[in-house]
Amino acid sequence: MEKVKHIQGTIVAIPVNDIDTDQIIPARFLKVTDKDGLGKAAFCDWRYLDDGSTPNPDFILNNPAYAGASVLIAGNNFGCGSSREHAPWALIGAGFKAVISTEFADIFRNNALKNGLLPIIVDEETQEQLFSLADEDPSTSVSVDVDAQRLTLPDGRQIQFPLDGFSKYCLLNGVDQLGYLLNLDDEVRDYEARNPQRVATTA
Amino acid sequence: MTNNGRPRTLFEKVWDAHTVRDQSEDSPAVLYIDLHLVHEVTSPQAFSMLRERGLRVRRPDLTIGTMDHSTPTTPRNELGIIPVADAMAAKQLDTFTQNCGDFGIPMYALGDEHQGIVHVIGPEKGLTQPGMTIVCGDSHTSTHGAFGALAFGIGTSEVGHVLATQTLLQNKPKTMAVNVEGKLEEGVTAKDIILAIIARIGIGGGTGHVFEYRGEAIRGLSMEGRMTVCNMSIEGGARAGMIAPDDTTFEYISGRKYAPSSADWDAALADWGRLPTDDGAAYDQEITLRAEELIPMITYGTNPGMGMPITAAVPAPDEERDYNKKIALDKALAYMDLQPGQQLLGKPIDVVFIGSCTNSRISDLRQAAKFIEGRQVAESVRMMVVPGSQQVKRQAESEGLDAVFRAAGAEWREAGCSMCIAMNGDQLEPGQYAVSTSNRNFEGRQGKGGRTFLASPLTAAASAVAGVVSDPRAML
Ligand code: SF4
Repeated sequence: MEKVKHIQGTIVAIPVNDIDTDQIIPARFLKVTDKDGLGKAAFCDWRYLDDGSTPNPDFILNNPAYAGASVLIAGNNFGCGSSREHAPWALIGAGFKAVISTEFADIFRNNALKNGLLPIIVDEETQEQLFSLADEDPSTSVSVDVDAQRLTLPDGRQIQFPLDGFSKYCLLNGVDQLGYLLNLDDEVRDYEARNPQRVATTA
Repeated sequence: MTNNGRPRTLFEKVWDAHTVRDQSEDSPAVLYIDLHLVHEVTSPQAFSMLRERGLRVRRPDLTIGTMDHSTPTTPRNELGIIPVADAMAAKQLDTFTQNCGDFGIPMYALGDEHQGIVHVIGPEKGLTQPGMTIVCGDSHTSTHGAFGALAFGIGTSEVGHVLATQTLLQNKPKTMAVNVEGKLEEGVTAKDIILAIIARIGIGGGTGHVFEYRGEAIRGLSMEGRMTVCNMSIEGGARAGMIAPDDTTFEYISGRKYAPSSADWDAALADWGRLPTDDGAAYDQEITLRAEELIPMITYGTNPGMGMPITAAVPAPDEERDYNKKIALDKALAYMDLQPGQQLLGKPIDVVFIGSCTNSRISDLRQAAKFIEGRQVAESVRMMVVPGSQQVKRQAESEGLDAVFRAAGAEWREAGCSMCIAMNGDQLEPGQYAVSTSNRNFEGRQGKGGRTFLASPLTAAASAVAGVVSDPRAML
């Protein structure tokens, strides 16, 4: 994984609560065997008209003023629903580096962090402020300091956000968790020696 | 079973027994995984990662694969084969076969006598047992918690972690006791219990928590009913839901293919008997519902939290005080093309889907068949009945349930996820209304533009016969 230390980018808002992973990437796009090309399908059913290919002019991500936005401001409880990691893959493919909401579904949050997509939790007041800023001025840009766990708004206001120490360490150093787990092989062996397996699927 | 005398919950006991390394200031706990279920949709990129790094699957003997999500449920051809028309799905299934073969993972391929939805086959094979940790790249892995296992969905990166190391990094979740006291009335089922719970707490209500379902009404459910309840824990935001094992659990497991046998069985029973939550153990949160107050439930909106008693009226956005909720409700009603204050009872429907890992087990099919027997599916309704596994399908056929459904005008299909996820050819047309026994009513979940009312198999069957949303209690 690449190191993620700072994020700087323009914002775009989808002020909808409970955006589920079926909206982020509909199931019919899950027949892939790699991670490529999912960006084009992000929010597909909102982004295109009924024919599936004509861009819906009313959908914010099709507004040229917001092209290139890399920070998504979303309604409460973002990423609920399925465990598909295709959701963060699609968001990253669509150019996003961070998502800001008041709450994230657990599995989405885990999946996002493993791919270097930063879930930033803010309070409702900040969320509202960001919705307005994005609406009023598409060139609004925010910056994020991962180490300091700090989001800086255009007016200079700084907001702290929670991030567990381990995820932060992985982001800052580009460490992927698999490497960490592979290093624990001796401990896993000890565990297995003490705890007989429960079932054997190959039996 | 106490830890230094401190009473513990069921969840804590299973968690404590599986920590290879405890959680610390600097890192999450490292949890050992007893059983890893894999399927074709969320695994290919994980296997690719193993290949890129030259890693093997550490414990193929704790891993099992099945094809379910992208498989068609259309009838077999004259050679007994279920043809896969979609080229991308075919490639994904081939990739899965190749991956399981290369890495030595036992796998049930499409059409195999053991194949089925991943959360149906684990329990029916006896692989799902109390006290285990079970994961799968699928959020409805919570189903297996019905046996007192700690079971939860993971993403594809984590699928790779478990394949390579049999462990996962996890922060310890909080616990919520969900008590359902009293007895259910006739015509009210496990599905109604869980829809009522989710309507009460909302779809984010359990975020960061593991549920433990308790109380007389839960104890009174069959294992299949308990699986229905645990299945939808994730719809309440909880990654896992658990029920303490008891005689109902042990009876269900006994004699199944992977169940412990003879001497091992007695030892297992002794272990399992120590799992239930100790008296005095504390939960971080607790809620209580009364079973007698429940009636059949149905959803009206575009997330599973937008549910109500079937006799109620669709709520009005204007009466919603929370601005965000008002907007969400407005949007949902527009998508569903419903009016505030409207009754759903009597609303014409186009499709009835009985299936999915929530409600595709033999007792679900028996219940629906018993209701349908001697009745006809309304002319205007397409009714699909999709067994959860080949084993369920055979059992149902041996009891003549397929004949009952067919005689009533319903389709009897091969096993799979089918219209629950609409990535396998089974889907709603834009604008259609369906009463579905599945678990998600998100926009487009059952097909682009399709509109889903989630309900129990009984409510689904009653609605199929009447051609409109119907309360099964009036027709029992
Ligand atoms: S039946 Fe539906 S919810 Fe269950 S595993 Fe399949 S797609 Fe997922």
